[in-house]
Amino acid sequence: MTKEFRTVKTEIRLPYELAYGETWTRFFDGMQEKKIYGNTCPKCNRVLVPARAFCPRCFVDMDKWVEVSQEGTLIAWSYTNYKYYGMPTEPPFIGALIRLDGTDVNFLHLLGGIDLSNFEEVRKIVKNGMKLKAVWSDDRKAHIMDIKYFKPV
Amino acid sequence: MGRPVAIIGVGQTYHGRRMDVSYPELVREAVMAVFKDTGLTPDDIDGVVSGTMPSMMEGIALTHFYFADAMQAVGKPIMKTETCGSTGVSIAQTAYYWVSSGAADLVLAVGHEKMNEGNSQATMTTVAEPFYQRYFISGAPGVFSMQSQMWTARYGIPEEKTRDAAAFISVTHHDDAFDNPYAHIKLKVSMEDVKNSRIITYPVRLLDVCPNSDGACAVIFASEKMVKKLKKKPAWVRGVGYRGEEYFFGDSDKVVWEAAIQAAQQAYDQAGIRNPRKELDVAEVYNPFTFQEMLFYECFGFCELGESPDLVLKGTFTRKGELPCDPSGGTLCTNPIGATGLIRVAEAALQVTGKAGAHQIPGAKLALAHAMGGVDQFNGIMILGSEL
Repeated sequence: MTKEFRTVKTEIRLPYELAYGETWTRFFDGMQEKKIYGNTCPKCNRVLVPARAFCPRCFVDMDKWVEVSQEGTLIAWSYTNYKYYGMPTEPPFIGALIRLDGTDVNFLHLLGGIDLSNFEEVRKIVKNGMKLKAVWSDDRKAHIMDIKYFKPV
Repeated sequence: MGRPVAIIGVGQTYHGRRMDVSYPELVREAVMAVFKDTGLTPDDIDGVVSGTMPSMMEGIALTHFYFADAMQAVGKPIMKTETCGSTGVSIAQTAYYWVSSGAADLVLAVGHEKMNEGNSQATMTTVAEPFYQRYFISGAPGVFSMQSQMWTARYGIPEEKTRDAAAFISVTHHDDAFDNPYAHIKLKVSMEDVKNSRIITYPVRLLDVCPNSDGACAVIFASEKMVKKLKKKPAWVRGVGYRGEEYFFGDSDKVVWEAAIQAAQQAYDQAGIRNPRKELDVAEVYNPFTFQEMLFYECFGFCELGESPDLVLKGTFTRKGELPCDPSGGTLCTNPIGATGLIRVAEAALQVTGKAGAHQIPGAKLALAHAMGGVDQFNGIMILGSEL
């Protein structure tokens, strides 16, 4: 039997106010209006979503805004059913990479609109390559969770 | 590459749940071990590099201040690096560059973590910004389960074969850990145990995942002049490589993993390696998840893309196979994150100097050490050899 030593319980909570800047502000204004905005790189012509201030690859300013499709294809998904401290999304949930039609990168969001309580049932329904469509919250706050989730079409 | 650099000694703590020591005491345990291994004293050291996971894991910022006494770093150049999982390789490479550049002749590198004191998954989520990505990245298992699915879908690998290969990796590494005196998890498991263990994030199950470990590792890097003077058996650094991916998770390919491919290529070019499976004698691949270990085999050119499950099931990467991988039991059995990458480097050094004990790969002369970090952005490689 090893000796038990004392411990101390502690916590750090710090407030932050992070600036969205012009590009994210416009993107989230779109969320409030049930629109998903991306933009096009003038150099590589990729349509990126969410909209970016600059192309991560070409390092040039992105100025051509496009409202992108609210439908897309499931690229990958992850059924999460464990909880950690401060988790921003209540489990169980499905994190999903979705290729919105007409865009060139994968959009990260939730897959929902189905019963998530039984994983074996979920697995029968959710397949890579399936078509998904955005479902909007009625109470929109210019936030990424203004889209509740993407549901199977 | 600059001046030749070698590792001349390593020290590890016993890894596991270490509530018997405070954090600085744990760090000192590894530092004492490397001084014992080399016969050096703190006075001999020109500079100290250390690191952890993101500081939110520790609950204490600037750990190189907190551990200055435990590392005997006072009055010396000191630097901290935190790149999450790849921290240990970042530390090793920083120490390497200090010696290689001529800035120092003897550098102490220390990696450490007390995973049982904080919340690793909550910490990892803070790596993603709260505008967009943080809401969907459920710690490491969520990210890597997406990756494993994309990989099997891309190459049409049947689910059963993937599961068998993953279970095979779990069983062999858990067996290997019994021969590593410092390993955390020592558990006899069967293929059926792994395949039937609880789902964490599909398809990742409990026995596919590394533990939360407390532990530290210390390594001393030396110039050629000091290697000759001290007459220590050296593990020469033959190549280093490090790459980062783009920030947005959905922008880059998770299967043809450029950061891993390019980091390995950079190190291979320096070491003059053309056929890694043939030329390397052993590899310590960062494997917090069984599936991911297979993906790394492919990205490091140990086999063709999509081919790894077949080779795993043939035993190519076991201790008696063509290229033994993680004979220490690897990250899968021991994961004090800030130390883990440096443990890979230390294990590779032990192998090429013939000091790995019960898990020694006979005659190993050339070894690869690797770690991955960020959420999935960073990959770092160090290749060590018994000859310069």
